[in-house]
Amino acid sequence: MTIKFHPDSATLMSFASGSLGEALSAVVAAHVEMCPRCAAEARRMERIGAAMFEQLAPTPMSSAAEPTAALQTMTKERPARAANRDEDTDADMPRTLRKIAGPELDRVPWRRIGIGVWHYPLPLSPGAKGDLRLLKVAPGQAMPEHGHGGAELTLLLRGSYRDEIGTFQTGDLADLDDDVEHRPVADLQDGCICLIASEEKAKFRGLMARLFQPLTGF
Amino acid sequence: MVQLASYSGVPVSVCAHTMTRSASMNELLQRVASGGDAEAYRKLFQSYAPRVKSYMIRQGADAGTAEELAQETLLTVWRKAALYSGEKGSATTWIFTIARNLRIDRLRREVPWQELPDGHDEEASTDVPPDEQLSDKERSARVQAALAELPPDQHEVVVLSYIEGLSHSEIAEKLGVPLGTVKSRMRLAYQKVRESVEDLA
Ligand SMILES: [Zn+2]
Repeated sequence: MTIKFHPDSATLMSFASGSLGEALSAVVAAHVEMCPRCAAEARRMERIGAAMFEQLAPTPMSSAAEPTAALQTMTKERPARAANRDEDTDADMPRTLRKIAGPELDRVPWRRIGIGVWHYPLPLSPGAKGDLRLLKVAPGQAMPEHGHGGAELTLLLRGSYRDEIGTFQTGDLADLDDDVEHRPVADLQDGCICLIASEEKAKFRGLMARLFQPLTGF
Repeated sequence: MVQLASYSGVPVSVCAHTMTRSASMNELLQRVASGGDAEAYRKLFQSYAPRVKSYMIRQGADAGTAEELAQETLLTVWRKAALYSGEKGSATTWIFTIARNLRIDRLRREVPWQELPDGHDEEASTDVPPDEQLSDKERSARVQAALAELPPDQHEVVVLSYIEGLSHSEIAEKLGVPLGTVKSRMRLAYQKVRESVEDLA
């Protein structure tokens, strides 16, 4: 897999610092899993955080925190090493998403939301802002039209799409600035499956409402 | 001021603005990882818990919550120590990521998708002989020096992101600048600091 499109370094830095919201972080984490270059970059960015953390003036612990005694009785986790990582060879869902989306893209309970477009919204924590969903687009079908409001990240999980910027293939992540207008079209042979997160819920709802129009004739 | 017992002949006091003896912190974490060394753990606790507490306060926790989260971060260090493989990894970076994830989970009540580094994917040292490698302490000093040289507007967004935990949009709102400005300051800052966090010097 040759990945050509990566998150902006500002996005990756926000991810590494722990300040990127849950929905956007899920997409970056899935990309980092597939992209050794970004994985290494994220580690470098964590070292920046660690260097700043180290410089914080310490705040004394108030209780005479003497943890040692309690520890003797505590069980320690044994390392869960790489051995069990690829136990399921059909699993093509990003590892981080398997708990909420299952192991295989083909077994996602897709819901049709327009002509040649299916989605599966993924649950976020109750207080989390934004929107996270899987989107499946039939071959040659245009992706839903939308303007960007707030950050939006799209990760290609299968197939490819083309837009004005180029051809996005499996593993590629589109990290677009607010002002970019684009209208991707899914690959003519295979269509595509993407993971999409947006920072703003309302904007994405607007998109879904428009998607419903051809079906319901509002 | 916390007096740490000496483990290399010289008593070390931890109260300055930079943590001393990080390289030895890696050794201490190794001892906890391999043998469950309670004395090594106590020293780690004394060094790191007060900083995790400061970090949590800067992230918006009240003092009581910050103290609990510092305790919990250090408990996680004990429980997960075996996952840390330390020849190449930095104890401080590892503990920072534990604190970061705990803060996402408890203070923001969101899922931390970030995995903890285990030291295996660090790209250090395969091409550089051990005696030419920077110690953890030297590396960290190099990053701190690079950060100190950033222009104030770039330094500010980095601090707001890492230490105050603000998203790009929140930073834009706080500073009254466009989102694109925040992102470009972050990018520029990273370009300047990146070299200092490379493993191969
Ligand atoms: Zn990448």
